[in-house]
Amino acid sequence: MNLSHFEAAILFALFASVVLGVITKRNDAERLRYGVRCFAYFVAALIGLGWLMKLGHG
Amino acid sequence: MATNVKAQPAAEPARGWYGTVILAWLVPGAGHFLLKRPWRGALILASVALMFLLGLMMRGAMFQPQTGDVLTTIIYCGGFLGDLASGLLYLLTVWLGYAQPDMAGHVHDYGTKFLVAAGLLNVLAMVDAYEIATKQKD
Repeated sequence: MNLSHFEAAILFALFASVVLGVITKRNDAERLRYGVRCFAYFVAALIGLGWLMKLGHG
Repeated sequence: MATNVKAQPAAEPARGWYGTVILAWLVPGAGHFLLKRPWRGALILASVALMFLLGLMMRGAMFQPQTGDVLTTIIYCGGFLGDLASGLLYLLTVWLGYAQPDMAGHVHDYGTKFLVAAGLLNVLAMVDAYEIATKQKD
């Protein structure tokens, strides 16, 4: 299996967000919102850090 | 003189959580199935198992406990515990002879992290199952 950095990190974010959403909060609507928010934060951090490294390397 | 004070019912002792936590360790999500939370159990099972299988497909390395300097001890013993936390997925994989050496390359590196992260997510699920079993959580 040959995935790019981005694909592997997106898969990691997806599975981690699902579990974080499932084990927290009190009801299903809150869990769904939390899971989606975690995924969005993962992706934002991924893109932000990716740009930071690109700019840092020149 | 008689008193009218009624005895308060004692808080129900937390019991029976050992089996739930052990089952949750062996089969990811099984603790939630046992506690009648099937959808949550199914999502945990799917996420942990897929993450572990993707780690194997990326030919990630399994950690073996090693000691030496502090950093080596933390990384290798911690990584081993993270791998072990996947329960039967890890035990079966090792029993079936999976022994991928640590290799250079970002895919292998991600694979190693996926294997450990699957176990760590299972630890979170075990804690959640424990809290439900001891009625600390709905």
